[in-house]
Amino acid sequence: MPWRETRKQMGGWPSCFGLRGEETEQVWRKRGRDSDTKPPKKPSKSRRKRIQFAENEEDDEALKMSTTGTLKPSSSELDLDRPNIEDYLPSGSSIQQEPDGKLRLRDLLDISPTLTEAAGAIVDDSFTRCFKSNSPEPWNWNIYLFPLWCFGVVFRYFILFPLRVIVLTLGWIIFLSSYIPVHFLLKGHEKLRRKLERLLVELICSFFVASWTGVVKYHGPRPSMRPNQVFVANHTSMIDFIILEQMTAFSVIMQKHAGWVGLLQSTILESVGCIWFNRTESKDREIVARKLREHVQGADNPLLIFPEGTCVNNHYTVMFKKGAFELGCSVCPIAIKYNKIFVDAFWNSRKQSFTKHLLQLMTSWAVVCDVWYLEPQNLKPGETPIEFAERVRDIISARAGLKKVPWDGYLKHSRPSPKHRERKQQSFADSVLRRLEEK
Amino acid sequence: MGNTSSMLTQYDIEEVQQHCNGAFSQQEIVSLYQRFFQLDRKGGGFISAEEFLSVPEFAVNPLSQRLLRMLDGLNFKEFVAFLSAFSPRACLQQKIEFIFRVYDSDCNGKVTYSDVLNILRDLTGQFISEQQREVG
Repeated sequence: MPWRETRKQMGGWPSCFGLRGEETEQVWRKRGRDSDTKPPKKPSKSRRKRIQFAENEEDDEALKMSTTGTLKPSSSELDLDRPNIEDYLPSGSSIQQEPDGKLRLRDLLDISPTLTEAAGAIVDDSFTRCFKSNSPEPWNWNIYLFPLWCFGVVFRYFILFPLRVIVLTLGWIIFLSSYIPVHFLLKGHEKLRRKLERLLVELICSFFVASWTGVVKYHGPRPSMRPNQVFVANHTSMIDFIILEQMTAFSVIMQKHAGWVGLLQSTILESVGCIWFNRTESKDREIVARKLREHVQGADNPLLIFPEGTCVNNHYTVMFKKGAFELGCSVCPIAIKYNKIFVDAFWNSRKQSFTKHLLQLMTSWAVVCDVWYLEPQNLKPGETPIEFAERVRDIISARAGLKKVPWDGYLKHSRPSPKHRERKQQSFADSVLRRLEEK
Repeated sequence: MGNTSSMLTQYDIEEVQQHCNGAFSQQEIVSLYQRFFQLDRKGGGFISAEEFLSVPEFAVNPLSQRLLRMLDGLNFKEFVAFLSAFSPRACLQQKIEFIFRVYDSDCNGKVTYSDVLNILRDLTGQFISEQQREVG
């Protein structure tokens, strides 16, 4: 039964204290909604201003500001997070009302809105929520459930896991024994070699998916190999790429990793034509943009881009980077949603290495997900690339039942630029000055 | 994130509740405890300024530096006491006291004209000249 998400606004709202993130709807109902669980932090005379940031790059055109609620409700999602927070909002004070009349000392001294926002951010904030891995509810806390669970563990680790390892090894053997000859012997016949290599990449991805008992349901028309198009998808883990590659040999743009993943990237993925970037290099952006453009015009297999730039926990989407949306070609959105009951596919790169993540997947029951190929979108006349990116993010979030968050994914690694704070300061200063003049 | 509420006993929760003068209910304290551990990544028992600033919504707040001065090195009990001013159960007196503490940056118990100017400067940044501030 879907829990209807009716919050008008999100992000930074004080979370309802009575709940842990993992509680299910039933447990919440049992606890009852008593007054204990109201958000406790707002002084009675506070006003809240919602500011949406859209920083994709250093240029000014990237900053967007709106003082109204930033998110539309997403009704297709089972909201395990929070109950209906609308009940707890003070009536009508969600939009900053421009105070009229004489500027009184009280208005200048009243810093409670800013303080409330700060305290709200300390207690719960939308950015950290995006990257929280939700561990599944433990159900083994009973005398008869525990042996059942133990049996499940034994089955998964000692029967399923070896089987899966065998399947994967077999897959690798088949792949390598076909790939290496094709790669070296067909050096002269480029087209045929490309075609075979791509088929083989699709094959090894299918083996990977089989090794996690992946149950992937694809909806919508399969991607076609046409020029002038780019595919974008929301990003939860590196396995997104494998799941999509199983169906179509996309070319991809990725961060170069170290270790065995990096080795795979440099050898096998070259055959599908990949672009590498380095997050830490600032000049990198122009080089990558150029490479993207060249690829879109030149190559014959479409490019897959994850515009979020980082892995998010499949409940939220962070701001899309506009790089993919200003290439002048049509953008085909893909929405991916994993079913949490079987395994949490979110790769929390701060907490686990990719190898550990893969092992965790291989010792779970299954990886169940839905992939929707959505209608290709084009830049509308008069629309900026950022608006286009937001529009596509809306489409993907609506389809996959994800909530949108107004933060840039790269804030995981760096501080927000002082421009945001200055914006806030500026708006406050403007309102003060305006009222000073009215005096 | 594991089930950290199991690490808090009833005695602990009551002690924290007493320390913040009953501003939070027990469930709220449990949630705050989880949040405290979520923010305290290094596990030192207190949240450092860096960890606070890693919350982007806090970092863009104009008063964040002042609050950081007050928040630095607080353990969980003091953290809850700090936030107790924001509870709807806190009385107006407590809230005003809190705002006073934020204003009083040199902690001398008095809010002077220059303290007020300082806050206004924090809030408005470079977008307003000194004179305009004084006129205001």
